[in-house]
Amino acid sequence: MNAVAVRDLDLDLDAFEGPFDLLLTLVLKDEVELADVEVAGVVLAFVERLAERASPDLEACGEFLVLMAALLELKARGLFPDEELAFDDLDPEEAVGELAERLALYRRFKAAAGWLEERLAGESDRYFRLGPAPLAPEPERRLAPQDPAGLASALRLLAAEPPAPSLNHLELRFPPVSLFLDRFRAVLSRHRQFVFDREVDSLSRVEQAVAFLALLELRKTGEIKLGQPASFEPITVWSAA
Amino acid sequence: MTGALRLVENPVDRLARTLEALLVIASSPLSIEELASASEDETERVETALGLIASRYREGRSGIVLEHVAGGYAFRAAREAAEACARLVERPVQRGLSQAALETLAVVAYLGPVSRPEIARIRGVAADSAVAGLVERGLIAEAGRESDGGAVRYRATPLFERVFGLSSLSELPRLDDLAEGSEDLRTRLEEVAGRRGA
Repeated sequence: MNAVAVRDLDLDLDAFEGPFDLLLTLVLKDEVELADVEVAGVVLAFVERLAERASPDLEACGEFLVLMAALLELKARGLFPDEELAFDDLDPEEAVGELAERLALYRRFKAAAGWLEERLAGESDRYFRLGPAPLAPEPERRLAPQDPAGLASALRLLAAEPPAPSLNHLELRFPPVSLFLDRFRAVLSRHRQFVFDREVDSLSRVEQAVAFLALLELRKTGEIKLGQPASFEPITVWSAA
Repeated sequence: MTGALRLVENPVDRLARTLEALLVIASSPLSIEELASASEDETERVETALGLIASRYREGRSGIVLEHVAGGYAFRAAREAAEACARLVERPVQRGLSQAALETLAVVAYLGPVSRPEIARIRGVAADSAVAGLVERGLIAEAGRESDGGAVRYRATPLFERVFGLSSLSELPRLDDLAEGSEDLRTRLEEVAGRRGA
């Protein structure tokens, strides 16, 4: 990028589209309202163009800064027309006078700051209590109108005795296995064989379970043989003797 | 003995005791009007009683000293107890005030109510950080706006006066007495301009 490239910089702004050089010309001829031109957009375009290069072009950067400074000054004049006089070149003597006044004002406050600093150092042995701000009165909490009877009934629900826990599961009675051992042995002594499901059909589930344990016990001791055609089919019991 | 004393008690003594109590519980200086209102007494009698208290509570006589500060009256520790006080309490308000903070404080104390842009114009640098720090310390406080929606203005607080031991802001020295006018600066600037032009 060289100096000419800055002027050729392509811009795509809301108020203007084209090369930077043309924008400057139109601005100077008052054909483009500079107040509407987004200066940041111009800077961004230049930075993007600069980023495309491997090394920065100082000459291009320098010219760009000068052009932007001029543009900003023109824009400032346009934005503050009432203060146009302030931008006019001051008489050198007036400028010196104004600057001297401002410096003198600052010098006074700098001296005042020094006075305060000295004062603070002189008061370093003054201790006093720094209390917190007075407590604000507690705001009164206003409750919505309440119905005492409703509150009592709600509390009564909470105060009801809880239901007694069920102990039914503790009351299961298991008949002894021996009862069924004797019973099955008696049946086998009479009939040589029987169908287990039919034999226990009238019993409770607990009794059926104990009866099944008795069956397994008899099988273990080799007193019986068992037969079942398929799962969940009736079990047939034979005497092994 | 107590009964005999009560018979000859000066009525101002009783008021002085009441004022002592008020000053002990107050967290900031109390004006004569505030003391008169709380004690339900006349301001002239309050002034007399304060004189009595001041003679009792003074440097060299008591560990507590009555002082006229920040537009009111307050108790503080005697200076001879400063070292012991320093071992007991911190003073975060006045500790570590930077040059920028002191300059900003000076501008606010002399010109307040004053806005941040005005402070920045005088000091030549932005004052946002210094102002925020001083507000946090309680040395300056907001005092309205320049106009509807304008910049916030700041003023020095009673705490500022108390920390710096001032009975009021009018006790600050005149700015003109602190530094010369602009004549010497003008001469020097003209000399510099002359050298550049040569």
